[in-house]
Amino acid sequence: MNSRKQISPLRCIVGAVALGVVSQWAQAADTIKVGILHSLSGTMAISETTLKDTMLMLIDEQNKKGGLLGKKLEAVVVDPASNWPLFAEKTRELISKDKVAAIFGCWTSVSRKSVLPVVEELNGLLFYPVQYEGEESSKNVFYTGAAPNQQAIPAVDYLMKDVGAKRWVLAGTDYVYPRTTNKILEAYLKAKGVKNEDIMINYTPFGHSDWQSIVSDIKKFGSQGKKTAVVSTINGDANVPFYKELANQGISAADIPVVAFSVGEEELSGIDTKPLVGHLGAWNYFMSVDAKENDAFIKKWHGFIKDKKRVTNDPMEAHYIGFNMWVKAVEKAKSTDTNKVVDAIVGVTVPNLTGGTAEMLPNHHITKPVLIGEIQDDGQFEVVWETAKLVPGDAWSDFLPGSKDIEADWVKLKCGNYNTKTKKCSGQNF
Amino acid sequence: MRRDFILSLWRGRLRVFALAALSALLGWSSAWAEQSTAIDLAAELQQFKDGSFDDKARIVASLESSGDERAIAILKSLLAGVLYYRKHDERVVIVKETDDGYQLSDVLNGESLGDVERRDVKKIPINNALRGQLRGALARLSLSHKNPAVRLAAVKEIIKDIDAETVPLLRQALTKEADDKVLEALRTGVAMMDVGSDDKAVRLAAIKNLGETLLPEARQHLQALVEPDGEADAAIRLAATQALAQIESRRQVYGFLETVFFGLSLGSVLLLAAIGLAITFGVMGVINMAHGELMMLGAYTTYVVQLLMPGHIEYSLLVAVPAAFLVAGLVGIAIERGVIRFLYGRPLETLLATFGISLLLQQAVRSVFSPLNRSVETPAWMSGSLEINSALALTYNRLYIILFSLLVFAALLLILKKTSLGLQVRAVAQNRDMAKAMGIRTQWVDALTFGLGSGIAGVAGVALSQLTNVGPNLGQAYIIDSFMVVVFGGVGNLWGTLVGALSLGVVNKFLEPWSGAVLAKILVLIFIILFIQKRPRGLFPQKGRAAEG
Repeated sequence: MNSRKQISPLRCIVGAVALGVVSQWAQAADTIKVGILHSLSGTMAISETTLKDTMLMLIDEQNKKGGLLGKKLEAVVVDPASNWPLFAEKTRELISKDKVAAIFGCWTSVSRKSVLPVVEELNGLLFYPVQYEGEESSKNVFYTGAAPNQQAIPAVDYLMKDVGAKRWVLAGTDYVYPRTTNKILEAYLKAKGVKNEDIMINYTPFGHSDWQSIVSDIKKFGSQGKKTAVVSTINGDANVPFYKELANQGISAADIPVVAFSVGEEELSGIDTKPLVGHLGAWNYFMSVDAKENDAFIKKWHGFIKDKKRVTNDPMEAHYIGFNMWVKAVEKAKSTDTNKVVDAIVGVTVPNLTGGTAEMLPNHHITKPVLIGEIQDDGQFEVVWETAKLVPGDAWSDFLPGSKDIEADWVKLKCGNYNTKTKKCSGQNF
Repeated sequence: MRRDFILSLWRGRLRVFALAALSALLGWSSAWAEQSTAIDLAAELQQFKDGSFDDKARIVASLESSGDERAIAILKSLLAGVLYYRKHDERVVIVKETDDGYQLSDVLNGESLGDVERRDVKKIPINNALRGQLRGALARLSLSHKNPAVRLAAVKEIIKDIDAETVPLLRQALTKEADDKVLEALRTGVAMMDVGSDDKAVRLAAIKNLGETLLPEARQHLQALVEPDGEADAAIRLAATQALAQIESRRQVYGFLETVFFGLSLGSVLLLAAIGLAITFGVMGVINMAHGELMMLGAYTTYVVQLLMPGHIEYSLLVAVPAAFLVAGLVGIAIERGVIRFLYGRPLETLLATFGISLLLQQAVRSVFSPLNRSVETPAWMSGSLEINSALALTYNRLYIILFSLLVFAALLLILKKTSLGLQVRAVAQNRDMAKAMGIRTQWVDALTFGLGSGIAGVAGVALSQLTNVGPNLGQAYIIDSFMVVVFGGVGNLWGTLVGALSLGVVNKFLEPWSGAVLAKILVLIFIILFIQKRPRGLFPQKGRAAEG
């Protein structure tokens, strides 16, 4: 009797622990896992941590609505630490070990290129939310950011037609995105009749801070009597000293406007924006856009992050669209199986935050409006121009000799780089 | 032509404006009749709010020609970007930023309309074209301003797009002007129109005039004359070609001076970054990989100082310099006492330990201040540039940093040569055992020396906060450069650091236009590698017995 009495509480504990484990198991089986692959430390943390929070907010909200296919969503957050090879390792871990249904992540093109072979090998899903250089289409990747024809080309059109720019400075940081974008832009400008001597191309290292000579060169280049514009693919950080130097050397946006493809609200929130007023940004979303969806999104974001000063930006919208598309596709396919989702998602439409709708195209890019905004002194953009219609994303640029014959279509052709001349699909292209 | 047309088009409205402004001055309720016209002005503003950018351009032109004080005030607030409208009743207001929203006031009579949230009001958008027009309009209105700098800016703005309508304004100003620089600009403006005159003598005189100025607009006008399809008259062509050559040779001289200035300023940044290291690495022989992070701490100190004294940004840097010296110096002493003193004579371990400390400090800053860059404001006295002439302008921030770096250098030299601490530091560096035997507390001297070097790194951080981003990675960008300078200049020699930093800066800037920024940096590195092969002890090696220790 005595000994039994002693054992019974112990049994209870064992039983409780076992029950707990089982219930946890049951719970684990009942959730759909979503991988979040954004750097939370290192150089890219500045941009990517916000996207992690956005995803957590979207998942949280979906769970409040009752989850997906009757199951709760569970976020699996990993930190690839701005280290490109680590992106690939973490992707492998997410797909093989955590069995996530989809991954939302990456920022730089280098990180996407490092993840690409892994998602293709393990047949995972990646939603990539940042504007990029194009020249890629994978069965397993959905590009919810802008392709060059949804950002760079319309921006140049605006400068050419509305601002009347005749001379062009293409300034960029020395890596794959600016180099490819500038190659496309150079070919485009030449096709429009701009002469070689009216284009100046300049590359600088990451985090460049001594802009004196370059700005002075731009000033000289721009004082030849023809209206000059700068198309900047300068990456994040280096922009601040660049704009400061422009202001210090007395170049205002009215003299030589700079249109930037990598400067958004988040980047502007860390700097003194007075010298930047009037310079331009080209994106598919601005926080200042007056739309019901946008107001609701900003309100939710401020509620989630508990800070009314935090801004929203274009890649956040891309995640919002990508996540909602994935949810719709999963509901349509009634499964999270990669192949079923890939088939279901093409043609899915969801509202974007600027009052329109976004559609997933057969080339795994989406339709977007293109907005040109002028930077204001409160760090926001004021829209000065926008495309009349939604622009469908083009994976392969029509202005590069090698890529204009290539087409991506995952519905009819089942191919990401089909050559329309040789009628051949040359397989995946990294 | 343009102005006449607009004038005739808007004459009717002008009267309304004048009346409206008057009624606004007298107060809305003073008379019923005026009130009806004031509503017209309100309607005008309403039209401005909703109109396309073309409509806005027309309204701005009419406001300018009204010559009314209040219209000018509206133009100014439009250019400053403080003209908003309330979303719920669409009333046009002027806003003033407060901590968590905007304070509104009426456009016409300045009456306060209370505080609102940011998203309750919407800015009346203007674009660059309109901004240019506004600047032109305000320039034409400020040609008779009493400050010559304002007049000069106005004239320069006007000659950017000069036409037959604005030249009389310039001719009129020419008769009253006394300031040399403004006179030059005015003459250029007038000459730019005279080049197209019918009288050949006037044209030749104008070309001569244009050849003597460095304003880019003058060169453009001359360029147009010498283009293959530009000018038929051979004499005019010849004169224009000569004038252009004259401009070009002067520009080359100034271009050279400009590059030298750029080089010196890059060199002064290198000097600031390296001079602290010249103490810790050069004098003490400690390879401190966390040196960059000490600069970062200095930059963050500037940020905190600005947060603490929000109303006095102008003086914040003066407070930040000693504060950063203390913060970085104390952290430096803590590093020395806590880690480095156990590792003297073991360079590899010191290198690894301090590298670890640098990562630790970076992550600490990320946790405390967030990984986002912090915005450090530039005081007004450090923005803009000192304009020597149209071809050469020295930016103030660079100018002050050159002076500042020389000051820091001089102060450090004084400390090392003239104070007892300096004497002890040198004694310990030369022969530790002997110094100990003489009764010097070498451990205490070590800590203070390292603190001094670290403190100077902090001071360098204050300067860097004005040039680059204040973020956790700030230090990494400069650590390689600082080691490069110290090794190049000669370890343990302050003068070597000075000469090394400035010459590397100048060489880099002369290479840059020719090779591009990326290649210039690589070339400088290759040069240093080759140089160190030939002279392993740098530019100014230490001589005598000290060199052996």
